[in-house]
Amino acid sequence: MTAGSDLPLVSVPRSKNPLASRRAESSGAKKQRNRGIQVFLAIVALVWIFPVGYALLGSFRDYAYTAKNGYMSFGGFTLDNYKNAWQQANFSHTMLNSAYITIPAVLLTLFLSCCVAFVVSRFSFKFNLALLGMFTAANLLPPQALLIPVYRMFRAIEVPFWFSDSGTLLNSYWGLILVNVAFQTGFCAFVLSNYMKTLPRELYESAVIDGAGVLRQFFTLTLPLCRPPLAALATLEVTWIYNEFFWATVLLQSGDKFPVTSSINNLRGQFFTDNNLVAAGSVVIALPTLLVFFLLQKQFVAGLTLGATKG
Amino acid sequence: MARKYKGIDHLTPVDRVVVGLMIAVPTLLVLWLVWVPAIGSVLLSFTNWDGIGPISSAKNVGLKNYTDVLTIYPPFVPALQHNLIWLAVMFLIATPIGMFLAVLLDREVRGSRVYQTAIYLPVVLSLALVGFIWQLIYSRDQGLINSVTGSSIDWYGDQRYNLWAALIASSWRHVGYIMLLYLAGLKGVDPTLREAAKVDGASERQTFFRVVFPVMFPINIIVLVVTVIESLRAFDLVWVINKGRNGLELISTLVTSNIVGEASRIGFGSALATFMLVISSIFIVIYLRIVMREQR
Repeated sequence: MTAGSDLPLVSVPRSKNPLASRRAESSGAKKQRNRGIQVFLAIVALVWIFPVGYALLGSFRDYAYTAKNGYMSFGGFTLDNYKNAWQQANFSHTMLNSAYITIPAVLLTLFLSCCVAFVVSRFSFKFNLALLGMFTAANLLPPQALLIPVYRMFRAIEVPFWFSDSGTLLNSYWGLILVNVAFQTGFCAFVLSNYMKTLPRELYESAVIDGAGVLRQFFTLTLPLCRPPLAALATLEVTWIYNEFFWATVLLQSGDKFPVTSSINNLRGQFFTDNNLVAAGSVVIALPTLLVFFLLQKQFVAGLTLGATKG
Repeated sequence: MARKYKGIDHLTPVDRVVVGLMIAVPTLLVLWLVWVPAIGSVLLSFTNWDGIGPISSAKNVGLKNYTDVLTIYPPFVPALQHNLIWLAVMFLIATPIGMFLAVLLDREVRGSRVYQTAIYLPVVLSLALVGFIWQLIYSRDQGLINSVTGSSIDWYGDQRYNLWAALIASSWRHVGYIMLLYLAGLKGVDPTLREAAKVDGASERQTFFRVVFPVMFPINIIVLVVTVIESLRAFDLVWVINKGRNGLELISTLVTSNIVGEASRIGFGSALATFMLVISSIFIVIYLRIVMREQR
C-alpha cells in the first residue's frame, strides 16, 4: 500500500518466519519435476528482476552514446547521470523532506498503535472489538474519497507560524504526518493487539501486585516484550510512508516541501526527457527502500505477512 | 508504596485517566482524519457547494450531483470501465499468477529463496516509481520495446495501449505481493492434512484443490479483498504517467482532478468519492468479518 497502496494481513505474529525452510523430500520422478519447476522459476525470477536491472544499466550510460548507438549497444558508461539527476531532482533537499515526514510519522504511528493495542488487549471493555474494527477499516478506505473534507479542513485550520510556515495545516509537514499516522495506526494497532494478547496475564498480575501503575506496566513490561512485532512494523511503515505519494502530492503544494516520492516528476524535462537520467533518478529514489529490502528482508516479510497463519 | 491488591483489572483514578488518554488520542485522530471526512464526503455530495463561499451557503440539491455524473460527465463511464478492467486483470491474471508462483515456491526446490526474493522485489517500490521504471521500457523514442521491435508506438501516450501498459507495470508489483501473502498462507497449512490426503491416494493437484485451497479460505478472502481495494485505489501509477487523462481515467483520478485542479467542483467530486466509499465499504465489511472472527 504506497502507504495507501499496501494492505495489511491479519492475525498473530507469533509464527516463525513464514518463509523458513521446510525440508524437501525427493525421489526419482519428483526430482525430475522439481528440476522443471526450478528452471521455470528461474526464468520467472529473471523476467521479474529485468526492469530493475535494465534501469540500473541505463542509469550508467551516457545519453549521447545511447542516442547514437541505441540501447542494444554496449559502452558509453558514465556516472554523470547520477550527478545530474541529483541536481535536477534536488535530491539532497527532497531526501531530507522525506526524513522529516517519515521518521516522526513512523514513531508516532507505532506509539499510538501500541497505546490502542495495549488497552484493547489488557482490559476487556465491551467496545474493544468495535474500536479495533474502526481502526482497521480506516486503513482500507480509499484516500481519494476523503480528500475534499481533509483538504478543506486543513486549509481552514490556522496554526502558528513556528508550527507551519504556511500558517495552515495545508502545506505543512505536520498536516501530512498526521494524515499518514491516522491511516497507518489501524493496521499497526491490529497487529500489535494480536501480539499483546499472547503475552501471559500472570506478568501483569505480578506487576500489579508489585504496585506498578498502568503507565509502568506499559513502558517497562509490554513495550520491551513487543520488540519483534515493532521491528517488523517499523520496517514496513518506513517503506510505506516513504513511498506514500497521494497525500504528499495533494497536501503539500509548494515544491520545496515535497518528499522524494512526490517530487519524482522533477526528473522529467518539460519538453524533453532523458531516459538515462530518469533511470539514475529512479535508482536513487529506490535506494532507501532497496536497502531496507536487502538488509531487513526478514523483518519486511514478517511485517507484510504478519501471522497470515496462526503458527 | 504498597497498594492493596484489588485484582488485575482494578484501576486507580490516575490509571483511569492514563487509559482514557491512551485510547482517546488515537481514536480522536482517526475519527478526525478518516471518519469525519468520509461522512463529510457523503454529505457534500448532496449539496451544490462551490468551495468558494462559506459552507453555510451550500444548498441541498438532492441527487442532482449523481445524475450529473451519470448524464453530463463524459469521463465517468470510461473511468468506470477502466476501473473494472483494472480489477478484472488484477483478479483474473495477476492474482492467479501470484498464487501459482507461491504454490511452486512452496515446494522448496533448490534456490527457492532467491527466486522468491526476485519476484517480490517490486513490492518495496512505490507505484509512482514503478511507473517511471517502466517508462524506460515503454517510452516512444528511447524505450526498450520500440528499440527492439522498431515500432514507434507511444505506449504510455496512445489511448489504445496505455491502459494495458499501466496494467502490466501494476501487475508486476501485484504478483509479488500476492505471492508473498499466499506463500505465508501455504506455510501455515497443517502438514498432516497433506499427509492424510497423500495416504488416501490423492494426486498433488487433487490435494491442492480439494484440501489445501479450501483450508485457506480466510487467506483467499483476504487476497480477494486486497485485490479489489487495490484496484479501486489505483492512483499513483496513472497519476505519474499523465494525471489520469487520455485513456487512463480512473475514478480516483477524476475525484482528485475535480478538487485539486482548476475547476474545483466540490459536490460533484464528492458524488464520485461517495461512489468509491460505497464500493470499498462492502469489501471492508467482508474483510472485517473474516479477521474479527479470529479475534473472538
